[in-house]
Amino acid sequence: MLVLVEQSLNGLQFGLLLFLLAAGLTLVFGIMDFVNLAHGSLYMMGAYFAATFVAWTGSFVLGILLALGATLLLGIALEFIALRHLYGRDHLDQVLATFGLILFFNDAVRLIWGPAGLSLPLPAWLTVPVQIVPGVFYPAYRLSIIVVALAVAALLYIVVMRTRIGMLIRAGASNREMIGALGINIKLLFTLVFGLGAALAGLAGLMQAPILTVQIGMGENILILAFVIIVIGGIGSIRGAFMAAIFVGMIDTLGRAFLPDLLRMVLSSSAASTAAPALSSMLIYLLMAIVLVVRPEGLFPAAKR
Amino acid sequence: MKSPINVRNVVVALVALGLTLLPVYSALTGNIFILTLFTRIVIFALAAASLNLIMGYGGMMSFGHAAYLGIGGYAVGILAFEGIGSGFIQWPVALAASALYALVIGALSLRTRGVYFIMITLAFAQMAYYVTSGLSRYGGDDGLTIYKRSTFGGLIDLSNRVQFYYLCLFCLFGGIYLIWRIINSRFGMVVQGIRSNEQRMQAIGFHANRYRLVCFVISGTICGLAGALLANNTDFVSPAGMYWTRSGELMVMVVFGGMGSLFGPVIGTIVFLLLEELLSQFTEYWALIMGPLLLLIVLFARGGIMGVLGRFSRG
Repeated sequence: MLVLVEQSLNGLQFGLLLFLLAAGLTLVFGIMDFVNLAHGSLYMMGAYFAATFVAWTGSFVLGILLALGATLLLGIALEFIALRHLYGRDHLDQVLATFGLILFFNDAVRLIWGPAGLSLPLPAWLTVPVQIVPGVFYPAYRLSIIVVALAVAALLYIVVMRTRIGMLIRAGASNREMIGALGINIKLLFTLVFGLGAALAGLAGLMQAPILTVQIGMGENILILAFVIIVIGGIGSIRGAFMAAIFVGMIDTLGRAFLPDLLRMVLSSSAASTAAPALSSMLIYLLMAIVLVVRPEGLFPAAKR
Repeated sequence: MKSPINVRNVVVALVALGLTLLPVYSALTGNIFILTLFTRIVIFALAAASLNLIMGYGGMMSFGHAAYLGIGGYAVGILAFEGIGSGFIQWPVALAASALYALVIGALSLRTRGVYFIMITLAFAQMAYYVTSGLSRYGGDDGLTIYKRSTFGGLIDLSNRVQFYYLCLFCLFGGIYLIWRIINSRFGMVVQGIRSNEQRMQAIGFHANRYRLVCFVISGTICGLAGALLANNTDFVSPAGMYWTRSGELMVMVVFGGMGSLFGPVIGTIVFLLLEELLSQFTEYWALIMGPLLLLIVLFARGGIMGVLGRFSRG
């Protein structure tokens, strides 16, 4: 029972991280009609920046704030130099160009930081276990990820639904030409949205950094999960991305935690321990296949243009 | 009537001739490296040509084509591991397994269009990657070494470099001939019609998705053959060979050469793999150059190499 609570919280935490990544991806796609494979690279850069800046400044909080700013700037620079020329192009061009950027970023990181992974040590005040309900302890850092990610999700909701910028973003998503004709600086708006997406990806990367090793290619597997999420949730829909992210995070984490034991009931112990990881990795894709069969446009499709 | 002699056709003829005479050059100069390099190039060219069939002519942007390379390869590897060395069994199994996978994936993925399709083929290929990682009997993550190449009852010896090269080249030319026949057949016309205007084709009575699916399966099957060749070439199969970057590279080869041109993927593959070879001799960080180069090609050279050559010929 305690394990179940703990693993559910882990699933929630992973799901929220996936949401931060998927939200940026779906926002950029919904508004600019742009597929950005390099989104995973921004996630990776967020983690590398965090590891570097925390080591430089000696302060965890200062380091991750700097890293967040650096990822934001990197995203804006990337948009300004290269990606804005790709907005009107077809999706294949965008996929190939951003695939080229992934190759570039992976080798750039290898050149700058070396092939070995980095680690980002946590400060002492984040390593203590917190008692959430009597008898159940949970690491403070993972708890703080949940809190931060939920706060960011709420903030994103308020910004998109309740502010003027958010209104422009939504208007841009439903009719780009029209809001341009109404005198809105659409280029600036796009750069802003791209920067926001980059910052969200960077935030996900730097929060994940202390849990996993910071390494080359860390953005790629999680990017594919983010794709699965926006396909399940419906492309362009932030609400859909949120629901699907939590769902996928839960299935992934709980599958990894409990499938080996479940399989051991029917299979031999060694067969179960090798089959289980593959099967739990597959679960998410099976879920996606089912969603596609039942609702090809995703569970919560964004409003039609 | 357009003259058949133009820059584009001359380049194609020269490349085909060059590929055919390569072993002669290799034997005369004693340069074995170039033969092994081009064996790899020819195999990837076949994979790229199969991808071009659905991308260039069918309008289906599959980002999961590496899965077929892996499935074809694993069919050969697993059968060899279990003691069945005959290519007459291994290769049909490789083709059938790829076709079956393409049928299932295609039936699901073709319910969607555009970006969804790109992402879904990507995700399914990644799933295949995880499945092979879980095959602990066959090496799991570490992959599976193939100790004996496929045998064809003394007909052809795959361990002989030159014979193997010509087998690969035969498959490549055969594959391209098959694709040429397909795109000029009634079936191929329908598929291309669906790419240009699906609604209209539906309205005049064609079941668009059935045609698409058949095309998707043919493409996957051809790519499965490339997988069987590749496994024999490297004597090894591993999940890493079907990682999603491999699918991306195949797409790049197609676009480099010129999507929707019959011979374009072959030229694209030659250019891509030679460039990779050249850059990696020059620097360990070859992707640092290749990545931005790719971006520039997408931005400025539409239609790939064949497109550029075509503009030449028009004057």
